[in-house]
Amino acid sequence: MKAIVCVKQVPDTSGVVAVKEDGTMDRAAMATITNHDDLAAVEAALELKDATGCEVVVVSMGPPPAEGMLRELLAMGADKAVLVSAREFGGSDTYATSQILAAAIKKIGVEQDDVVFCGRQAIDGDTAQVGPQIAEKLHLPQVSYAADVKMEGNALTVKRLLEDGYMMLKVQTPCLITCVKELNTPRYMSVPGIFECYSKPLEVFNYDTLKDDELIDLDTIGLKGSPTNVYKSFSPPVKGAGMMLEGADKATVDQLVGILDGKHII
Amino acid sequence: MDLHLTKEQEMLRKMYRDFAQNEVKPLAEEVDEEERFPEETVKKMAKLGMMGIYFPKEYGGAGADVLSYVMAVEEMSKVCGTTGVIISAHTSLCAAPIYEHGTEEQKMKYLPKLCKGEWIGAFGLTEPGAGTDAQGQQTTAVDAGDHWVLNGSKIFITNAGFANVFIIIAITGSHADKRGRKVKDISAFIVERTDPGFSVGKHEKKMGIKGSSTCELIMEDCIIPKDRLLGQLGKGFKIAMQTLDGGRIGIASQALGLAEGAIEETIAYTKERVQFGKRISQFQNTQFQLADMYAKTEAAKWLVYSAAMKKQNHEPYSMDAAMAKLVAAETASDVTRRCVQLFGGYGYTREYPMERMMRDAKITEIYEGTSEVQRMVISAHLGIK
Amino acid sequence: MAEFNSKDTGAFKGVWVFCEQREGVIMSISYQLLSEGRKLANDLGVELCGVVLGSGVKEEYIKALGGYGADKVYYCDHELLKDYTTDGYTKVICDLVEDKKPEIFLIGATNIGRDLGPRCAARLHTGLTADCTHLDVDVEKYKSFLKTTSTIDVDNTAFEVNTNLKMTRPAFGGHLMATIICPRFRPQMSTVRPGVMATQAYDEAGAAKTVVENVPVSLSKDDIHVEILEIKKAAKKMVDLIGADVVVSVGRGISKDPEKGIALAQDLANALGGVVGSSRACVDAGWISADHQVGQTGKTVHPRIYVALGISGAIQHKAGMQDSECIIAVNKNGDAPIFEVASYGIVGDLFKVAPMLTEAIKALKASK
Repeated sequence: MKAIVCVKQVPDTSGVVAVKEDGTMDRAAMATITNHDDLAAVEAALELKDATGCEVVVVSMGPPPAEGMLRELLAMGADKAVLVSAREFGGSDTYATSQILAAAIKKIGVEQDDVVFCGRQAIDGDTAQVGPQIAEKLHLPQVSYAADVKMEGNALTVKRLLEDGYMMLKVQTPCLITCVKELNTPRYMSVPGIFECYSKPLEVFNYDTLKDDELIDLDTIGLKGSPTNVYKSFSPPVKGAGMMLEGADKATVDQLVGILDGKHII
Repeated sequence: MDLHLTKEQEMLRKMYRDFAQNEVKPLAEEVDEEERFPEETVKKMAKLGMMGIYFPKEYGGAGADVLSYVMAVEEMSKVCGTTGVIISAHTSLCAAPIYEHGTEEQKMKYLPKLCKGEWIGAFGLTEPGAGTDAQGQQTTAVDAGDHWVLNGSKIFITNAGFANVFIIIAITGSHADKRGRKVKDISAFIVERTDPGFSVGKHEKKMGIKGSSTCELIMEDCIIPKDRLLGQLGKGFKIAMQTLDGGRIGIASQALGLAEGAIEETIAYTKERVQFGKRISQFQNTQFQLADMYAKTEAAKWLVYSAAMKKQNHEPYSMDAAMAKLVAAETASDVTRRCVQLFGGYGYTREYPMERMMRDAKITEIYEGTSEVQRMVISAHLGIK
Repeated sequence: MAEFNSKDTGAFKGVWVFCEQREGVIMSISYQLLSEGRKLANDLGVELCGVVLGSGVKEEYIKALGGYGADKVYYCDHELLKDYTTDGYTKVICDLVEDKKPEIFLIGATNIGRDLGPRCAARLHTGLTADCTHLDVDVEKYKSFLKTTSTIDVDNTAFEVNTNLKMTRPAFGGHLMATIICPRFRPQMSTVRPGVMATQAYDEAGAAKTVVENVPVSLSKDDIHVEILEIKKAAKKMVDLIGADVVVSVGRGISKDPEKGIALAQDLANALGGVVGSSRACVDAGWISADHQVGQTGKTVHPRIYVALGISGAIQHKAGMQDSECIIAVNKNGDAPIFEVASYGIVGDLFKVAPMLTEAIKALKASK
């Protein structure tokens, strides 16, 4: 039995955000972290390993520096890591990314009793699309917004969050679960884990590794193959020094509300 | 000579920092105000392998190295001096002597539990009449055939209130030296909390590291099995001194962490605090003070790391450990005091951690060998007599 | 799938909106999206259709969708569609899309919409852009939008002229805005969060004219691979300070009537959809519990909106909130340090200003 986890390395937007002159984010100049929802997915997989002894495989599509993140996940307790990296994959939108990741997961192999975990969404794209799209490409049932996951036999009972409550769902393996960071508290890397992580297997899948899969077609991956592309990107105008409003009466308040409304703040 | 950390040590540093920020720092004020031993933190650290960092896996340790252990004490001490000394005393003063001098049976009995944090360790050398003058020991251990009987008391024992295993130094006899003077035979023993006749006294109220459990140990006809002798009979003093050499590196790291933590907090504060229409970080006095403190602390750091690396490589390190502790401890006291000054009135209040760091730092100049003792060790090594 | 929709994008016509229902009631996001869809449909000169899946949804609710702009509503009724399942809804919607070929398909970004949207987009091999805050098909309208919201020199920039849907959304936690297009595939799909788009005024005549088409649904239990064991509504949900979108904090300025001050803050927080925070002074004085405390020894927050009522802005407090996106400060003292970090400041009495602010905000929201 395996728990396969999709993980993304993202810029740390809680710190200083570096923006290039053309308004796009300067990823290279920013510190990177493992996406929070994905860490919850890793922890869910590790808890499943604690309970069932299953193997945990972590997969990430990204440039070579993502290897450092994969080593950290191995130090947390994952057994194997796969880095999916190739120039041909660069610039992919969520559709193209999910095809590539689905092909990688097929290469790792999905058995009857396996579970695929993803984070609900990444803090750079914020789309929450890749998880469900991978599920579709792998023809797996999906449950998103998982706030609690329990395994019973070959079925998972999942608490799926709604805005004002939840649904309790039951799904057979193999299946795909997307996790929210409320699901659990990710464990730290352990001291022995850190000293073992460099001897655990880390494979790199590039274009050649995956090109024979039906999902991988140069017309449907990468920047050229993505169904969506960026038409324009821009920074919102810089927040200047604050504005002191005149007076403190109804007119002042109306003025403030007008400004906030105009800026879509309220 | 490679002064760089390995990839694994870099990852460790990151884990230690995250752990310290998320698990240790939030409790630091409470641990100090309530003088509370943070048991829950010890459990969390144990789970991550932090209570037996440099011991081999076969004994339940994490299989890492001495520098990795030193970094743990350093990072924890940056946010909480109490947490740093818990790891240090447990590792260097209890687990280490068992590892270095114990029989295979003793190692297999005690190390796995100590490394997994199931048992916490402590070391009892100091007595009411024997501090720096450790030879002034009065605790006795009498051979009663199939067991030992210990009588005496120890004071200022770190971790005592929560420890299960104690390394106790006691007099087992005497002999005449070459000049016919009576010399004490001192030996080391492993005592367990549950041994009959052994009890732990009250918690000592201190100036700093208030959450550290510092208590008296009382042995009144304390009976321990014969197999509890640690190392050779009569070699206890040497074992104690060697143990303290290792412990010194731990305390030097604690001091280092306190200094580094104080500087970090102060840099952040001075960038926010505005007086005379400027951030106080813009005043040259602030800049120069912090520059001095940072450079001195870095110098101390390399003394500490170099002592750790020598110990790791099984090279003689006694002199290096003494220098590291002397310099780091005095640096910590100086740095924390100057940082309180840079905080001004706020630094004196308990709302900010600075005054606690200053109170915590002081003890590093005193325990596990006062700075005066370190000077004795260093000058002896230099052959100055 | 690529075959199906990429070759002849011109064959795809119509703007569709997925109208989510829960427990037989249409979610209000549907009205917001229909209102927005109406504008797009007008610009394109095509039909606006709502899509409802459910079991026994009342006809009046379905026809009401016409009151928000829908020309037609496709209603798919089946007992297996009563409650949302990924498999059931995706199959029915994709079958319908393949049959009718809309050019644009909007879905509300609710927890359900964000589960359904990507699955459909993947099955249909088309692009989906999530959490859009602005949609345009007309290039001139898009250009005027850019003029007010970006630093791009619009008049000196080249723009392709076509009616591709230009979907604008925030990225990187809002630090960057991006306009996305899906030129080669259809339908162009977009999700929009609740509360982003305005709802048009309800039009009785429109509702009466709505054409409802009942779509035959073929679904069996074997099509659905997830079993619903239970659906539960939570008792009053706990909102925490750190995750809050809006925080309204009180400070020493409420001292003359702490209870009233906190109540006013709560009213304002409710109007803005947020929670109440506090400076240390109020906690120490025992007026409010410590879990509300923002600051050095309290919690650090960075909500979208932070309102500081009667807070001086001493360094310990600022440390806990200065990274909030929009800071509004109200304080009697014009020299209070809080005004140094505030985006908008009012020098006045919070007991007077806060209730006026609450009323004005409520009035604004009611008008939308």
